Amino acid sequence: MLYREAGQFRTSYAQDSQIFPLRQDRVGIAILLIAAVMLPFVANSYWLSAILIPWLVLSLVALGQNILMGYAGQLSLGSAGFMAVGAFACYNLILRIDGIPFVVAVALSGVCAALVGIVFGLPSLRIRGLYLAVATLASQFFIVWALDKFGWFKNYDPAGVITAQPIVMFGHNFATPREKYWVVLAIVAVLALLAKNMARGSVGRGWMAVRDMDVAAEVMGFSLLRTKLQAFAISSFYCGVGGALFAFAYLQTVEPSAFGIDLSFRILFMVIIGGLGTIMGSFLGAGFILLMPIFLNIFFHSAFGKSVDATITSALEQVIFGVMIIMFLIFEPLGLARLWQLTKERLRLWPFKH
Amino acid sequence: MTISVQSSILQSAQRAFPFGPPILELSSISLRFGGVHALTNISFDVLEHEIRAIIGPNGAGKSSMLNVINGIYAPQEGSITFRGERLSEMKPTHAASLGIARTFQNIALFRGMSVLDNIMAGRKLHMHASFLEVALQLPRARREETENRAAVEEIIEFLEIEHIRKTPVARLPYGLQKRVELGRALAAEPTILLLDEPMAGMNIEEKQDMCRFILDVNDHYGTTIVLIEHDMGVVMDISDRVVVLDYGKKIGDGTPDEVRSDQNVIDAYLGVPH
Repeated sequence: MLYREAGQFRTSYAQDSQIFPLRQDRVGIAILLIAAVMLPFVANSYWLSAILIPWLVLSLVALGQNILMGYAGQLSLGSAGFMAVGAFACYNLILRIDGIPFVVAVALSGVCAALVGIVFGLPSLRIRGLYLAVATLASQFFIVWALDKFGWFKNYDPAGVITAQPIVMFGHNFATPREKYWVVLAIVAVLALLAKNMARGSVGRGWMAVRDMDVAAEVMGFSLLRTKLQAFAISSFYCGVGGALFAFAYLQTVEPSAFGIDLSFRILFMVIIGGLGTIMGSFLGAGFILLMPIFLNIFFHSAFGKSVDATITSALEQVIFGVMIIMFLIFEPLGLARLWQLTKERLRLWPFKH
Repeated sequence: MTISVQSSILQSAQRAFPFGPPILELSSISLRFGGVHALTNISFDVLEHEIRAIIGPNGAGKSSMLNVINGIYAPQEGSITFRGERLSEMKPTHAASLGIARTFQNIALFRGMSVLDNIMAGRKLHMHASFLEVALQLPRARREETENRAAVEEIIEFLEIEHIRKTPVARLPYGLQKRVELGRALAAEPTILLLDEPMAGMNIEEKQDMCRFILDVNDHYGTTIVLIEHDMGVVMDISDRVVVLDYGKKIGDGTPDEVRSDQNVIDAYLGVPH
């Protein structure tokens, strides 16, 4: 009853293929966006800079990983490496080009990551599945090694660490957590919209065709080379932009090892838990992987306080988090996005059963 | 073996699209996988607008033949001539751009996509917007989407699958999946349609439907059809000419009646007393 399409007629193909055909969806997204924009007026700066900004940024990276893995079906373990490319490219662009607006630098660092992504995507033309994942591991290690090895990338900083410059656009310095949050929110929202457009259009169909049945896709005129490399490039672009935002809006001081293999794995888990091949799943998955440990931590603190040793509670938190992931994969292997979809189907019929 | 098209030409008098010159000629095709001779010195041609069947016992090389025609396999010897253009081998994407579409023996639909998306994907060569145009929903991308959607809806109507257009293909029964796959191939508006066992595993009604669709495609759009089929009744009824393969060699070629009475063909199907 709450979520049904009765009375909403679509009388042209253009109407039928619009992004949110249902009025409820349009209203929901509008409310969500307004809430997201208004949030800084209620949330304190800890919430903004320690939870919301990393959530948005990692959602963007997970979205990039999802384009490659969920839509184009190319298993990759190099997402943190591409983030590193984006972060260090952004640092160097701002350092070396005077007065470059932050958005332009971020976009260009995404392009840098995309170029690197194309190079490391080349093996996908010959190998697939787990073997490809192992091959993309090379990108992960190579990129971090190269950024460590060559001082130029870090402007020859003796400690091997870069300090992100202030975010400056249109002559304004976005310094407070609140302003940074808005910058991140705007970039993430726009890129998510573009990803949704690609995914539901001819580009996404090409990716999914190659994922589901590559021989048939080729016979219909999809070039495997172009489709796969395009997916690698766009995915790396998203990871690169995410990496730049991760460094500039969240970490501030960055060393190459911040983009290690464990971050790549966390991004992989976000995509799997969130739901392969869904835009929304990237956001939900990033939220789950990032926020659940924080909530568990807060819960244990308030439940046991100082009465139990902190090492035991933190070990327990990890155990519970691990069990939750396993349970989740057993009961809903298609991810959080699927759960949301099932809820919508229920709401459509509610209060009746069927 | 003499090739006679006499009776077919008589037939073609009532056809909407009378036979044209050979659109596809295969000459001395040989294909080997290591020591296995999948195809040996096979030559035949396909006339424009005809329905050409390839038959033969299991393992005769029929599917390999189709795979050579649309470039999945590269033959070691021989050449393919398409509309006068001679090629030593075909590439799948090149075949697609020449207007050769196909279906597969084991359904090769995109299982994670809806019926509509599958058939829309078949329109690949009619969509030219770059990924940026699609991402930004620029006018060309939007226009292409609705124009191609209209073309796809025509096919959906033709194949009578309106009710399942938004269903994921993995949820459909076998017969409907076969029909969707035909639709996806048709979406490309091909000049030649290769059908690899379009009626395998179907019951009699589904076969009748599929026969009707194949004949209608040939009749409405003038599409040249090359099909592999095991059901002899179907082959003899709908095809104009038949090629018979056995152990990778061509043992017969001609109209259904000629092939039916050919001693080599009878031996291959019924066996020879030793």
